[in-house]
Amino acid sequence: MLGRLTWAAIPFDQPLPLYAMGVVLLVILAVLAIVTVRGWWPYLWREWLTSVDHKRIGVMYVALGLVMLLRGYSDAIMMRSQQAIAVGSAQGYLPPDHYDQIFSAHGTIMIFLVAMPLVIGLMNFAVPLQLGVRDVAFPVMNSISFWLTAAGALLINVSLVIGNFARTGWMAYPPLSELAFSPDVGVDYYLWSLQISGVGTLMTGINFVTTILKLRCPGMTYMRMPVFCWTALAASMLIVAAFPVLTATFAMLLLDRYLGMHFFTNDAGGNQMMYVNLFWAWGHPEVYILILPCFGVFSEVAATFSGKGLFSYRSMVWATLGICVLSFMVWLHHFFTMGAGANVNAFFGIMSAIIAVPTGAKVFNWLFTLFRGRIVFRTPVLFLIGFMVTFVIGGLTGVLLAVPPVDFVLHNSTFLVAHFHNVIIGGVVFGALAGYNYWFPKAFGFTLHDGWGKASFWCWLIGFYLAFMPLYVLGLMGMTRRLEHIPDASWQPLLLVAEVGALVIFLGILCQIIQLYASIRTRAARRDLTGDPWNGRTLEWSTPSPPPAYNFAVLPRVETIDAFAEIKRRGVAAAPEPAYEPIEMPRNSPTGFILSFFAVVLGFAAIWHIWWIVILCALAMAVTVMAFGWSDFRHHEISPGEIARLERARLAGLPS
Amino acid sequence: MTLTAATDFVAAESARGRGGGGPAPTRIVVAYGFWIFLLSDFVLFSGLFAAYAVLRHETAGGPTGAELFNLRNVFIETMCLLLSSYTCGLGALSAERRRPERFFVFAALTFVLGAAFLAIEAREFAGMVGKGAGPGRSAFLSSFFTLVGTHGVHVTGGLVFLAYMVAQVLVKGLRPPVLRRLLCFSLFWHALDIIWVGVFTLVYLIGDFH
Ligand code: HEM
Ligand SMILES: [Cu+2]
Repeated sequence: MLGRLTWAAIPFDQPLPLYAMGVVLLVILAVLAIVTVRGWWPYLWREWLTSVDHKRIGVMYVALGLVMLLRGYSDAIMMRSQQAIAVGSAQGYLPPDHYDQIFSAHGTIMIFLVAMPLVIGLMNFAVPLQLGVRDVAFPVMNSISFWLTAAGALLINVSLVIGNFARTGWMAYPPLSELAFSPDVGVDYYLWSLQISGVGTLMTGINFVTTILKLRCPGMTYMRMPVFCWTALAASMLIVAAFPVLTATFAMLLLDRYLGMHFFTNDAGGNQMMYVNLFWAWGHPEVYILILPCFGVFSEVAATFSGKGLFSYRSMVWATLGICVLSFMVWLHHFFTMGAGANVNAFFGIMSAIIAVPTGAKVFNWLFTLFRGRIVFRTPVLFLIGFMVTFVIGGLTGVLLAVPPVDFVLHNSTFLVAHFHNVIIGGVVFGALAGYNYWFPKAFGFTLHDGWGKASFWCWLIGFYLAFMPLYVLGLMGMTRRLEHIPDASWQPLLLVAEVGALVIFLGILCQIIQLYASIRTRAARRDLTGDPWNGRTLEWSTPSPPPAYNFAVLPRVETIDAFAEIKRRGVAAAPEPAYEPIEMPRNSPTGFILSFFAVVLGFAAIWHIWWIVILCALAMAVTVMAFGWSDFRHHEISPGEIARLERARLAGLPS
Repeated sequence: MTLTAATDFVAAESARGRGGGGPAPTRIVVAYGFWIFLLSDFVLFSGLFAAYAVLRHETAGGPTGAELFNLRNVFIETMCLLLSSYTCGLGALSAERRRPERFFVFAALTFVLGAAFLAIEAREFAGMVGKGAGPGRSAFLSSFFTLVGTHGVHVTGGLVFLAYMVAQVLVKGLRPPVLRRLLCFSLFWHALDIIWVGVFTLVYLIGDFH
């Protein structure tokens, strides 16, 4: 009846995760109770859960990413603390079985459920506004994407209380991840959560390629698109080209585990190295899916806050596209030690070094954008400068690792761990936080507190250096990654420094929470009435903050790059009221929410081999899709009178 | 801005051919998005093709392709699928010309041919499993069943899609939204053909030689 699900699945003997989960459950219940008592359900359902508005979906993505950052961070600080104390004869407080689940969960969550949602959330929020259009190409599919990602997040967190998580590391390499060596549900949680959220991500990719290539306001030629849109396009193309590979790879591993096939097993001709190849054929493009949109954010920030156009827009575009193509030609640098031979390794080593060239060009572009600009040092600019310094260091250690003989020494050492945190925190996290500070006023109509933002920046920056520079040294001293116990006492001092660094990063996260709280408290004083708090250059700043559901009462006409800066330069703001035309907007739809509900239950049932629930959920999902596919009236119309009323109300509120 | 000025602007921008002509109409957007989806599906299959290419000789002492494949069956199968693409195309043309009766005839033919393809494939699979050559026998067979089976699952999904579209045409007639979905169905069905040509060549023809 319930497959292999029994009471034994709940770890009553391990108090730590149980307490943690108890607290989380209490918090969730408290939130649900408040929502119910205050009668907020109808509002939530109407305005958020069923919303297909790209701005709302973007906000939900970012919120999901930030919440999961707390989970990912908790895992990180547990690992740091274990490594700081479990030296020599001391065993620390985490048994190996538990420690292995923590590093696997940390990596998986941070990549798929922190970095991806943050980046995709910013894309969702900003791209249609920057393109001067009213929504993405497929708004309901967009909502499905988000809810499937949320479904994956939920499923991963369920593994805390019911069953366990993978102990295989975030890549789940076979043969360790095969049934023979991981017979319990851990790897299945990993696979099903990532399959579900992966489908959501793929749909985002399809949606944004179509949106950016087919839906731009009149006059928005390719070479007039804001750079952020270019990077979002590149990332979306990479998603379309790379995520199906991951889906196929995970499907093969699932077939090995569920139907006794032999893709990656030790026996019957399976080939583990094929998994590693396929995984990184997705994995390397994935790092560019994450970083390219962040490059886009930094380009916008650099231009806006130095009050001049981006230096060499064209080279920025070509560098982005170049990286996009090259990112598919370097995957083997993740396993030089596989033994593919000197020539193969040399090829991939050289390609990896070459990909640093367009990236370097970008850094110069940002530098020259700032050069002689009238820089306004707001929080996003601090993140930009912190990023340029930090990312260059991370990039350089990456080029080092791309030299095969060096990699043979440093492979899977903490030098590698330091390298990828160096680029991921210094690039993706800083970029996402810069974007969060930059677009927050557009989303909510008031700016974030700058003081707390800067405090959070300094904590993140200093914390990062303290936490990860020691790992470079430790790696050179011979410390390998994923150690639950430290055999060599001479490593301990540096591990203690890293522990302090992780705590300083926590202060950074704390400052962000305070920043949000303080900004909401003082929002009346920090209202953004003009819609253009930073003297922006691109079209999103020409809308009110927050923008109306339809974004633009009249689609803008664009004649140059940096369209809004040009409009302001010409001073054509006080035009007579245009004749509005009716606007068609997509209706809300519960499709995404319902589909994802069934997806969570399906994934859970599949993990525990409860086949009848799997079948029921699959049927329910098919029916949901068909019900949606049946409707022909997915839009509602906003009448010109209504638009005129909204627009006049907005103009009346403008400061003169 | 006057209306003519706006139209002139769009016309001038379109004429420049740099993509400044404004948002594309829904029909284009839907078909384009579906193309991108199909591309992603091709990428998924390319992963399975790669796995098959790597594991093709890993028979672990079990049967090889040459021992298992029956080219005559596969040929009939292939003909069914190719013909079904033809009837699907005729169906799409009938729909475009608003001829529902003819559309139903061609849809039925497409469905029957697709179902025949699936029946032959199912028989082939059942025969192999019966001989002890199931997907768990060797890495070669795992990759074979997965590659060919995934295509089969797609065809099954295509048949459901087709039945569903026939229902839509029956109930709602050939309205623009229905026509857009029909366009997507045709794209999907033809794409399955393209994949099958790859399967036929790389799996059956080459497999039979070695
Ligand atoms: C917030 C500060 C962070 C700290 C203190 C931290 C700390 C750690 C530690 C201690 C490990 C284990 C290293 C080892 O195996 O020896 C680790 C692994 C990892 N981290 Fe982080 N991390 C942080 C943020 C991030 C972020 C933002 C990401 C990605 C978006 C990330 C991705 C990973 C990955 C992929 C692994 C590898 C997991 C594995 O071994 O399978 N981390 N991190
Ligand atoms: Cu890489």
